[in-house]
Amino acid sequence: MSGAVEGYGERRHWTSRVAVMRRLDWPLLVAVVVLSVVGALLVRSATFQGLAEQGKDPEGFVKRHVLNLLIGFVLGGVVTVLDYRLLRAYVPILYGVACVGLVAVLSPLGETINGSHSWIVLGGGFQVQPSEFAKVGIVVLLAMILGEPRDGEIGPGVRDVLLALVLAGVPAVLIILQPDLGTTLVFIAVMFGMLTVSGVRKRWLAGLVGAGALAIAAVLLFGLLEQYQIDRFTAFMDPEADPRGAGYNARQARIAVGSGGVFGKGLFQGEQTGGHFVPEQQTDFIFTVAGEELGFVGGAVIVVLLGVVLWRGLRIATQAADLFGTLVATGVVCWLGFQTFQNVGMSIGIMPITGLPLPFVSYGGSATFANMIAFGLLQAVHVRRRAFD
Amino acid sequence: MNSRTHFRLVVLYVMVGALLLVLVGRMWTLQVLEGDHYRDIAAQNRMRDIVVPALRGMILDDRGRPLARNTSSLVVSVDRTTLSRQDDGGEAVLRRLANVLGMSQEEIDKRTRLCSPTVQRPCWPGSPYQPIPVEDHADPKRALQIMERQEDFPGVTAQIQPVRAYPEPEGASAVQTLGYLQPVTQEELDKREGLKVTGYSGVDLVGRDGLEAQYDKALRGEAGYRRVLVDAQGRVTGIAEKKEPVPGNHLVTSIDAGVQGAAEKALEEGIKAARKGGRPADSGAAVVMDVRTGRMVAMASFPSYDPSVWTGGISQKKYDELLGEKNNSPLISRVTQGQGPPGSTFKVSSMAAAVKAGYDLHGTYNCPGSYMVGSRAFNNFQGANLGSMNLHTALVKSCDTIFYKFAHEMWLRNGGRNAPPDAKNPMVEMARGFGFDARTGIDLPSESSGRIPDAPWKRQYWEATREANCRGAKEGYPDVAKTDPGRAAYLKAIAAENCVEGYVWRAGDAANLSIGQGNVLVTPLQLVRAYAAIANGGKLYTPRIGVAVVRPDGSVAERIDPPEPARVPIDEKVLAYMRKALAEVPTDGTAGGAFAGFDLKRVAVAGKTGTAERYGNADMSWFASFGPVKSPRYAVVAMVSQGGFGAQTAAPIVRKVWEAMYGTKDSKPILEDGRLPTDIPKLPGSETAP
Repeated sequence: MSGAVEGYGERRHWTSRVAVMRRLDWPLLVAVVVLSVVGALLVRSATFQGLAEQGKDPEGFVKRHVLNLLIGFVLGGVVTVLDYRLLRAYVPILYGVACVGLVAVLSPLGETINGSHSWIVLGGGFQVQPSEFAKVGIVVLLAMILGEPRDGEIGPGVRDVLLALVLAGVPAVLIILQPDLGTTLVFIAVMFGMLTVSGVRKRWLAGLVGAGALAIAAVLLFGLLEQYQIDRFTAFMDPEADPRGAGYNARQARIAVGSGGVFGKGLFQGEQTGGHFVPEQQTDFIFTVAGEELGFVGGAVIVVLLGVVLWRGLRIATQAADLFGTLVATGVVCWLGFQTFQNVGMSIGIMPITGLPLPFVSYGGSATFANMIAFGLLQAVHVRRRAFD
Repeated sequence: MNSRTHFRLVVLYVMVGALLLVLVGRMWTLQVLEGDHYRDIAAQNRMRDIVVPALRGMILDDRGRPLARNTSSLVVSVDRTTLSRQDDGGEAVLRRLANVLGMSQEEIDKRTRLCSPTVQRPCWPGSPYQPIPVEDHADPKRALQIMERQEDFPGVTAQIQPVRAYPEPEGASAVQTLGYLQPVTQEELDKREGLKVTGYSGVDLVGRDGLEAQYDKALRGEAGYRRVLVDAQGRVTGIAEKKEPVPGNHLVTSIDAGVQGAAEKALEEGIKAARKGGRPADSGAAVVMDVRTGRMVAMASFPSYDPSVWTGGISQKKYDELLGEKNNSPLISRVTQGQGPPGSTFKVSSMAAAVKAGYDLHGTYNCPGSYMVGSRAFNNFQGANLGSMNLHTALVKSCDTIFYKFAHEMWLRNGGRNAPPDAKNPMVEMARGFGFDARTGIDLPSESSGRIPDAPWKRQYWEATREANCRGAKEGYPDVAKTDPGRAAYLKAIAAENCVEGYVWRAGDAANLSIGQGNVLVTPLQLVRAYAAIANGGKLYTPRIGVAVVRPDGSVAERIDPPEPARVPIDEKVLAYMRKALAEVPTDGTAGGAFAGFDLKRVAVAGKTGTAERYGNADMSWFASFGPVKSPRYAVVAMVSQGGFGAQTAAPIVRKVWEAMYGTKDSKPILEDGRLPTDIPKLPGSETAP
């Protein structure tokens, strides 16, 4: 296999900047950069009027967001250059830090924002959301466990699967306790996606689905959901039931998006956005700004750009040099893909409301950093892909 | 990569693609297919129409003095729509507001709740979408606190708004004629053309009675609006559209503040004097009409009230007081709605009817102390036998028996008890010719029609009351018998008679009608118009108060002229005969005492007293007059319910009005040469806007 030799030959130059640049997934990079720029504009649109009304710097949010993005790109770059396989060595540390962070959130250090006890306030206006970083941790952890080289076996063995479930289960439970339903669902999507792609037998997957269904039944039966979560689901099923209460966000989000029409009202021209009718608009409901101001066309462009990210991610998974790389890319795709569908879906009324940001677009330091690390992981896998394609 | 992983990655590709397609498809329906729908909702979401009320036009007297005008006041209002969006339904906001305004929590709650059949004032009778004024005369410092802390007071506004004011020039309040304003109801708003109000609007008032109601459309002007952009908290962030309000037109009336003030004063003094004399004198009216034009110069009604009670959410107590029987309904104008038997003032009609029916105008008639109608004796006033006389003297001395005889004979001529139902009763015909038994058509929203009883009316009345009468005839009146057995027996006898043959138009009915007693009812307005017709040669006017609608810039928008007058069906020579007779009433007749010392050289006044007896009540006192006799200009009528004899209470009131108009040797006349201004007064270009 001459390709393999070539590939092997190039391996020596991996650290060379030029080689990395040449082997980067450029469509992915372009899509993420464009999404980031669009995101920054939307964050500005969602915040400048409100800040001005409060007598604050109208560009305050967007400035901080751009700074977050720059830091994020640096993080992503560092991850890209690192040999992702070396990550395996750091997985226990990553995992441990993530779990400690999640425990800290539940301690008095944690802060409640929007009904979720998911923040640690660092002071000086900085706050960290450990669950975002836990997503990175879980992806790499599961990839390590499920991506172990195995002899002859097509899929991971019983012990690996159980270990994966247990280890992934710890942060998942901590997140449920916050309670952060959205992130829990991301965990489930990531876990299920990675198990599937790792080659686990169908009947085990079916068993997992069954266990999941039982768990949901138990949650509903024993009333483990918070009232506001039940309200959100009720509001999702019947948005007009309580237009001033739980249904308010869903209704206002749909009005903002719907009123955008085909071409939108123009960037920074959104009246619903300007009037703060949609809450949390720079974070969870950023897509409503796009919907109102950029219309169907602008919204579709964002969905397509996110589609490009997912498509390149899957392509990277397919071309990865090893199963570990494939699973890392798969995990990232499941994470970003679920979050995209959930976030856009709740803005246009086909998903219930959960607090998840839109990848690369929403405001939020932790989320931005985590997304950029995920982007770096994809690039890292791609840079070290098999040489024959 | 093994094939299973590869295959499952392909499945993931397909799933991701499918999910993204679902998103784009849903966006297509939401934004492209339903985009217009959501654009509409979005517009409702962020647009509010604020109605900017037009400055209401003034109501002015004949010289341009304002009877009703506007002043400005700092009004604090609460918008229920914004309050209802608060988590606690606005409870906390109202509590803070009560604190700042120094009101009790209970009071503010009551003022902001909506009126309904079960919720009594204080409450908000207007549209729920309008801001509700809770304080009409806010202290600027307190209002400033509210405006500066808008985040604490969502839905609360403090605005300078026009408030109706009543300057009462020359002491003329004329409140019953002016009417009053109340907040417009939602139904009225819905009915109104043009601007449909969505969201909250400015305070909008509508005339509820009197001229304010009659000329509401002209006075109201056209409200403007501001279509403002609001944010989620209801704060105004900008103005999308604006239409300036068009101020209302002014109404110039023929009411002369000087005469009106004098009439009100004379009426009040007259009633006070009657009360001092031991009579109840519960209510009354004094009215002045220009006999040459049919225009109203003064319309005084007693009891009256202070019109300032209307500004700022009237309390149920106050409202009850105004409407209530106990306080004798001061809202009701006794000029147009105070009706009662006119007594001898009615004889002008009966005399004209007799002459028309063939009695000689210059004949001589006997005036015995009593006249037998069937088996019942009908007496003269105090039973006096005045001997034989002509009709002239019959009016001057107010002989009753002559009119009984006329009535009795006419009744017999018609067939007596067995008269055919369509038999024409000359007395009834003439009364209707004088405009009684029908509304005058004055430019006011409410007016009583009075009543001239005749055979068909009696049958109708009998049918309506037969059941009660027959029960009374059978069971008697035990309740009354406990205290007054004589009265109970009388009532039982009458009930028995009425039960059996109450429908019969009897000779006694005809006799009572001839002297304006019994079931006859007239309003002071009807009477003044009838005497004006005698004075002006037979022209029966449709009275008018409005003279012209004048634009704010002073130009005339519309002249209001009384319609072509009807004619009273009497020959001019009969009218002249009556005028001459009536001229002697204040000199040698029944009003001689009341007009003793009256300066007839300044103005010769003709008139007629009226004293109507009502069983169980004190007499109703009337005086109807016109003057100057040679060339009549005005007719003046006074009525005091339970005021005693006409000469006793009503005549002195009328005398005072004449003396005020023409002056005495001690007082200057209100009218120069006895004339009122004929031109529409020049108004200042515009009222100073508040």
